[in-house]
Amino acid sequence: MLLIPCPWCGQRDENEFRYGGQAGIAYPADPDALTDEEWADFLFMRDNPKGWWTERWYHVQGCRRWFDLERNTATNETRRTTPEGES
Amino acid sequence: MQLSHPERNTPASEPDRYWRPAEPKPSYEVVIVGGGGHGLATAYYLAKNHGITDVCVVEKGWLAGGNVARNTTVIRSNYLWDESAAIYEHSLKLWEGLEEDLGFDLQFSQRGVLNLAHDLGDVRGSLRRVNANVLGGIDAEWLTPDDVAAFCPIINVAPEVRYPVLGATLQRRGGVARHDKMAWGFATRASDLGVDIVEHAEVTGFLRGPDGRVEGVETTRGDIRASKVGLVAAGHTSVLASMVGLRLPLQSHPLQALVSVLFEPVLDCVVMSNAVHVYVSQADKGELVMGAGIDAYNSYTQRGSFHVIEHQMAAAVELFPIFADAKVLRTWAGVVDVCPDASPIVGPTRVEGLFINCGWGTGGFKATPGSGWVFADTIAHGRPHPLGEPFALERFTTGALIDEHGAAGVAH
Amino acid sequence: MTSSRLPNGGSEIDRSKPLSFVFDDVEYPAFEGDTLASALLANAVNGGFRSPILGRPRGVMTSGTSEPNAFVEVSAPWFDPIVPATMAKAVDGLRSRSLPGVARLPESPPPERALGHHHAHLDVLVVGGGPAGIRAARRATEEGKRVLLVDEHHWAIRSQVGDVEVLTSAAVTGLYDDGFAVVHVREGGASRLCHVRAREIVLAPGAHERPIAFAGNDRPGVMLAGAAADYLDRFGVRPGERAVIFTTNDSSRAVAAALAAAGADIAAVLDVRDGAAVAETLGEDRVAGVRAADGRTLECDLLCVSGGWNPVIQLWRSVGGTVRYDATLACFLPDEGPPWLSVVGSAAGDGIEPSAAFWFVEGAEYSAHFVDLQRDQTVADVAGAVQRGLRNVEHVKRATYIGTAVDQGRTSGALAAGIVDHLLGTDRGAQGPSNPRPPWEPIPFRVLAGPYGGDLFDPVRTTPIHGWHIEHRAVFENVGQWKRPWYFPAEPGESLEDAVLRECAAARTGVAMMDASTLGKIEVVGADAAVFLDRMYTNAMSTLGVGRIRYGLMLGQDGMAFDDGVAMRLAEDGYLVTTTTGGAARVLDRFEEWLQTEWPDLRVYCTSVTEQWATIAVVGPLTREVLRAAGTDVDISNEAFPFMTWRDGHVAGLPARLARVSFSGELAVEVNVAGTDGLRAWKALFDAGASFGIMPYGTEAMHVLRAEKGFVIVGQDTDGTQTPDDLGMSWIVNTKKGDFIGRRSLHRRDTTRADRKHLVGLLPEEPGSLIAEGAQLVEAAEADAAPPVATIGHVTSSYRSAVLDRTFALALLTGGRSRVGETVVARSVTHDPIPATVTEPVFHDPEGTRRDG
Repeated sequence: MLLIPCPWCGQRDENEFRYGGQAGIAYPADPDALTDEEWADFLFMRDNPKGWWTERWYHVQGCRRWFDLERNTATNETRRTTPEGES
Repeated sequence: MQLSHPERNTPASEPDRYWRPAEPKPSYEVVIVGGGGHGLATAYYLAKNHGITDVCVVEKGWLAGGNVARNTTVIRSNYLWDESAAIYEHSLKLWEGLEEDLGFDLQFSQRGVLNLAHDLGDVRGSLRRVNANVLGGIDAEWLTPDDVAAFCPIINVAPEVRYPVLGATLQRRGGVARHDKMAWGFATRASDLGVDIVEHAEVTGFLRGPDGRVEGVETTRGDIRASKVGLVAAGHTSVLASMVGLRLPLQSHPLQALVSVLFEPVLDCVVMSNAVHVYVSQADKGELVMGAGIDAYNSYTQRGSFHVIEHQMAAAVELFPIFADAKVLRTWAGVVDVCPDASPIVGPTRVEGLFINCGWGTGGFKATPGSGWVFADTIAHGRPHPLGEPFALERFTTGALIDEHGAAGVAH
Repeated sequence: MTSSRLPNGGSEIDRSKPLSFVFDDVEYPAFEGDTLASALLANAVNGGFRSPILGRPRGVMTSGTSEPNAFVEVSAPWFDPIVPATMAKAVDGLRSRSLPGVARLPESPPPERALGHHHAHLDVLVVGGGPAGIRAARRATEEGKRVLLVDEHHWAIRSQVGDVEVLTSAAVTGLYDDGFAVVHVREGGASRLCHVRAREIVLAPGAHERPIAFAGNDRPGVMLAGAAADYLDRFGVRPGERAVIFTTNDSSRAVAAALAAAGADIAAVLDVRDGAAVAETLGEDRVAGVRAADGRTLECDLLCVSGGWNPVIQLWRSVGGTVRYDATLACFLPDEGPPWLSVVGSAAGDGIEPSAAFWFVEGAEYSAHFVDLQRDQTVADVAGAVQRGLRNVEHVKRATYIGTAVDQGRTSGALAAGIVDHLLGTDRGAQGPSNPRPPWEPIPFRVLAGPYGGDLFDPVRTTPIHGWHIEHRAVFENVGQWKRPWYFPAEPGESLEDAVLRECAAARTGVAMMDASTLGKIEVVGADAAVFLDRMYTNAMSTLGVGRIRYGLMLGQDGMAFDDGVAMRLAEDGYLVTTTTGGAARVLDRFEEWLQTEWPDLRVYCTSVTEQWATIAVVGPLTREVLRAAGTDVDISNEAFPFMTWRDGHVAGLPARLARVSFSGELAVEVNVAGTDGLRAWKALFDAGASFGIMPYGTEAMHVLRAEKGFVIVGQDTDGTQTPDDLGMSWIVNTKKGDFIGRRSLHRRDTTRADRKHLVGLLPEEPGSLIAEGAQLVEAAEADAAPPVATIGHVTSSYRSAVLDRTFALALLTGGRSRVGETVVARSVTHDPIPATVTEPVFHDPEGTRRDG
């Protein structure tokens, strides 16, 4: 049971949240301008590092807000949360 | 000092020596990265089927210490889509001859696998899968709740439970096997055929030619050159692929499993339920072997969150009231690499000389022989094997996904 | 054999509280505070156990969770399938029997006694109530911190800890990330789980003594030296009259002294550091003596063994703590760990006596040098594995199963690693301890499940009308967490088939009503609501006039059908959209995700109102008659209230929003009232409809009625791989309004293939033949072909139709739209092959003439 620091609610148990995977994958401004390969990159290709990365969580049982969290996938340490859209 | 040993743990049919420890040579025809089941099977079939014996398997830890050592050993081929059923059925057929082929007692037991249906949608989906399997030449049966009770009397088929059992699919040829022995068998026979198996050699980078092609690996035990490199590292595939700038549609998650203390036999088949979330069998020694759900977040820690185990136990007791007093003895987690469509990726990559076999997610153990067979052929010939073609990386571009979430055994 | 209770002493027992218990059908006396093991030893019973594989006689070897031999099943006053006698507290009337390591599950488990999971939020959790743990707990408490001290034994440590909160008989079974600990609290037969979240966790679990492998080291009467001391000190039991001490370290000196002080003879102290050793034990079912390595025979009835001490590092390692080998102490010590975790006391190596690194006594052969007593594995077995080429203790563990029994290698793990090192000639400590796998002690499934069984396994959701459905014999189906009426037998025993034909006929020819309250309902309001919905649905919602309703389809980003429903435009800046019953949460989450993460500039607010509304569909040609009879102030004429519009007003005196939507193709009005008015509205409409023969209908009739019209159910006729075009719904994809979710994916190579699977209708050639849902489709020529047979599609929905007076089906068929009129064959294990003609997927009233009544 990870302890997830929600930027609005504070530290809460992991099972109050839904996981959102890698952060910072922006919806393309003009999907039609993308080749099929580029569109597949957007849809499916993701980083999957062993170490620090930034991921998204959704406090579905709490404030129902999305935020970004830095977490180390090799240790599960967390470092910093950012409300979605800020950095 | 010479110690006598009474052969209590190893059948006499097995070789006196398992695989020979090897020092890496400077170069090989093929280097396989990952000494797990799939990597060892690939090496074995490279040597056996294709005569390619100048092969080195590099493993960062001890042999078969990753997901081979952590899975719940369910073997079946009753997948929904023809493409999946074909490769898993190829694997199951190999399983059926594997003990003889390797000369190892793999405790392969075709005790039957039940997949329970708990709502009307499950029933439709189950029948669809049974019908597809039967027409595809794969054994499959549909059981009514009464049939389920007759086949496995300890399942609670009472209609008043929260999610009653409305039926089940049965694959009688499905079952379980001894995971470690499988890997040791592949390792030993590959080694016998000339393959070098190098443990405790972690790949830290790839050797690249001027044109970018992969020409070998850098390891903690030195550089090893190779004409072809096969990447078969399960949960760690993304980490290695990123060393050559290859981004994959993979995410690595903890997948937990557990065993109970030893009990006198109560369960002589494998039972799986996606909706109520159980998969369980009883080992010959007497332990109940159970898989839990996949943890939601990416992690390489080889540990999961405890509420996943608690939820799994609630489901187990719901379906099997007799398990209420059973006791959990050990829990653990592996790292599984999961694709968006819950199907694997097998084939060449855009990096010349590099082949990948990954994304088996929660279902890799059963596929080990088939995966190794197909991947060895792919590496030997430098093109996809017909059974592997649908599982090419390209499917994410074309959109021809093979969505097996329903059949993958772990509901997402 | 005369070992027994001493006349006084025993810190854990209360001699004023005698009790009796049964072990293997014999009744024995004991005192409050005894364990079964201490009580058996007090009664001069040491033995009575058998090893699981070889059936060798075994006795109590330890005084705690390390016990590899003495397992019992408890049958009264509670049931416990397997517990070490060293950890089972003796209580009056307890019945037990010895177990050879394999337990039995009762066919009918005792009634539920699952307790809730508790939660504790702490500053400091201290694990282990020995001196170091008590010190740490007292100090933290004095600092004003919220502290909990837990100890796995029932031992009475409360008196020593002052104000510290204590849980005894409570084992921390696992540590997890971020200071999360799971505590198994044993309370008599029941036990419960406590979830602890602590800012800081202090491990003080102590150290476990190692045995030594030698011939016959499993004979009853062989006991770890520290355990012998425990029985003397804690229980006033002298486990032997004449003892031999076999040791690698100085910790056994105190044991020898204590035994002597308690009146036992010390036959010899054999210290490996002096070159002395026990070569083998002598005796039959009990130790009668030992043969020393120097050839001497020493008579004794107790052999106390100490091979050194292993700090308990399992919990430390389970959250990534590293260890290092200490050559002086001949054990692994904690090294680096997470910042919230620390180790004190002997678990950190404090006070552990230096020990020779000595694992086994050399002999002529090794088949009775036991390493793991519970797995009956010996030095010879370890050697056998190593000789085969297994060079890692993890491999040896898997070849021999050493360390996988109930004690999880507490007595065998370090020994096995040391022996492997010895055999390979590698440095001591080269073979790390094998990976720990929680829980620390076995936990019953039911305790882990807690109260989450039966109806609490997953929440049950019901509509405000649910009670009425039960009174009217509804048979329910689970749809997600909802209970929905599946059909309403007119009298007990009416079949599904008969009921559904009757319900459908009523809807097509008279009037029927359905509880549609489970449909997801979301209010989407704000200045940009229209823009937002245009991006979420394939069709345009911005062009919908206020007061009007439009059907909408949503796609996943991969272009595949995701959910559907209708949107009512409530105002310029407000909509109410409906979702599938199972999809409500998914759709709301998706709305929120896009609004928050991609388009925070849009002024849109989403609110789930699923449970605020009860929704009653009144369906059939007589719908208006029923509404008028119930009483309504809304002009429900077709002119004033046309199809796909909504009106606010009253029905039966209750505020209501009426909607002209139809999932059956018949004239229909959806009556939406406040959830709290749902049952009254339902009853009023039902009573008003009585003279028109109104019938309630369930989900099955609803499915038939919509299938007759070719309306898909997302999740039944789709499986996440259908584009709108596959479903014959290209008409709903608005290509002019701009981008929407999933649009780009519709133009990929695979999604534009002409030979994708299309939704089609099927009419079985024999009108009475019902195809199974889930049947696979094959070419006509392969009706009876033996497998393997290529499949070309599958049946998603199949029913008997009252209005068509025949069976029909919907299917997904490869290139289906170009095959209308051809014959395919449906094959299922549940019936003979059924030939059927491919049709358009609309079977009834294709012109849509009936919807206006």
